[in-house]
Amino acid sequence: MMSRRVIEVWVGLFVVGGLLALFMLAMKASNLTTVSTADAYQVTARFANVGGLSVKSPVKASGVLVGRVSDISYDDGSHEALVTLSIEKRFASFPSDTSASIYTAGLLGEQYIGLAPGAEEDTLKEGSTIMFTDSAVVLEQMISQFMYKKMADDDK
Amino acid sequence: MADGVAKSGDTLGALGRGALRSFERTGRAGLFLLRVLKSIPAVLARPWLIVQQLYSVGVLTIVIVLVAGAFVGMVLGLQGYNILVRFNSEASLGTFVGLTLVRELGPVVTALLFAGRAGSALTAELGLMKATEQFPALEMMAVDPYKRVLAPRMLAGFIAMPFLAGIFSAVGIMGGYVIGVDLLGVDAGTFWSQMQKAVDFHEDMMTGFWKSLAFGFAATWIALFEGYDSVPTSEGVGRATTQSVVHSSLAVLGLNFILTAFLLETNA
Repeated sequence: MMSRRVIEVWVGLFVVGGLLALFMLAMKASNLTTVSTADAYQVTARFANVGGLSVKSPVKASGVLVGRVSDISYDDGSHEALVTLSIEKRFASFPSDTSASIYTAGLLGEQYIGLAPGAEEDTLKEGSTIMFTDSAVVLEQMISQFMYKKMADDDK
Repeated sequence: MADGVAKSGDTLGALGRGALRSFERTGRAGLFLLRVLKSIPAVLARPWLIVQQLYSVGVLTIVIVLVAGAFVGMVLGLQGYNILVRFNSEASLGTFVGLTLVRELGPVVTALLFAGRAGSALTAELGLMKATEQFPALEMMAVDPYKRVLAPRMLAGFIAMPFLAGIFSAVGIMGGYVIGVDLLGVDAGTFWSQMQKAVDFHEDMMTGFWKSLAFGFAATWIALFEGYDSVPTSEGVGRATTQSVVHSSLAVLGLNFILTAFLLETNA
């Protein structure tokens, strides 16, 4: 039987090794460091069509991740989609006339919201609404419009 | 005719007896678990008992977990690369390796290794203690075997499994990295950034963590019960050890499906 001290040292090493492994997984392999939802402010935007946008979709400005979509709901009154964006606090100087558009990363990639800053001096704050929005491009709609147009042209 | 009736009666009787026996055993396992869990607070006052068991359950299992983790990760790197390169998307290798290990392979393979290495050792040890009548001896000395022998082992298995699964996943990701980045030329930055993009801490990491906790619980419970409930002969101890590994492996695989279904549903 090994001495008590040796066993204690080994168990200590085991626990430290396990914690290190969990820490490494959390820090290096997961998004814990890249997404901070705690320090964020919420802004809403209305879209006629959100397409394939979903909760946690990225919000980007100039292609840089500045936040995430935190909620998508349907406004029964105005018949529009109500999207809540949570933007990190350190990006607090978006002008109040910033516009939001839904883009697709690549031809078949995930959809994200792109913010294009405006020129006003007021900035977006907790609870503000983004006035100018561009809906998602729905590929099927474009194809069917193209087809109908072509058919109409052929009929002439 | 009458002979046939008697014969089918025998078969039916045997079937019924078998069913009753397995019900009885399940009930006994449940009561056993309750008694062990009830003894756990008493053990917390004597941490040395837990440390001792953590050594035999955790530290002695670490070598097999390290080796298996590295090789599983390396195979994932190779296979993933070969499939992904066909679609020109070998950049997603990090996603593939990270998600498979953290969500599924980490907890499950670790639990299977745990059942084979630590679980069988626990069963054999307890079975031998029973065969040599050490439990009645302890009781005669007014020592509760549940508090002195069983509860520390239960707790140690419960604590060790998440650590072991974490170590397995971490080493596996390193293995995948070595093959994918160093050998096959995937970009190191892409490997990590794609992994970080896809592996969600709350959903994926926590799924793996809860799974490993549940597996540790189930595997240790089965190992302890098989040992404590074994037939006290050398043959009985041998059979109990085999059954312990078979049953806990099956339990882990079945439980994995159920947990995956539950955890995926709540996350959706």
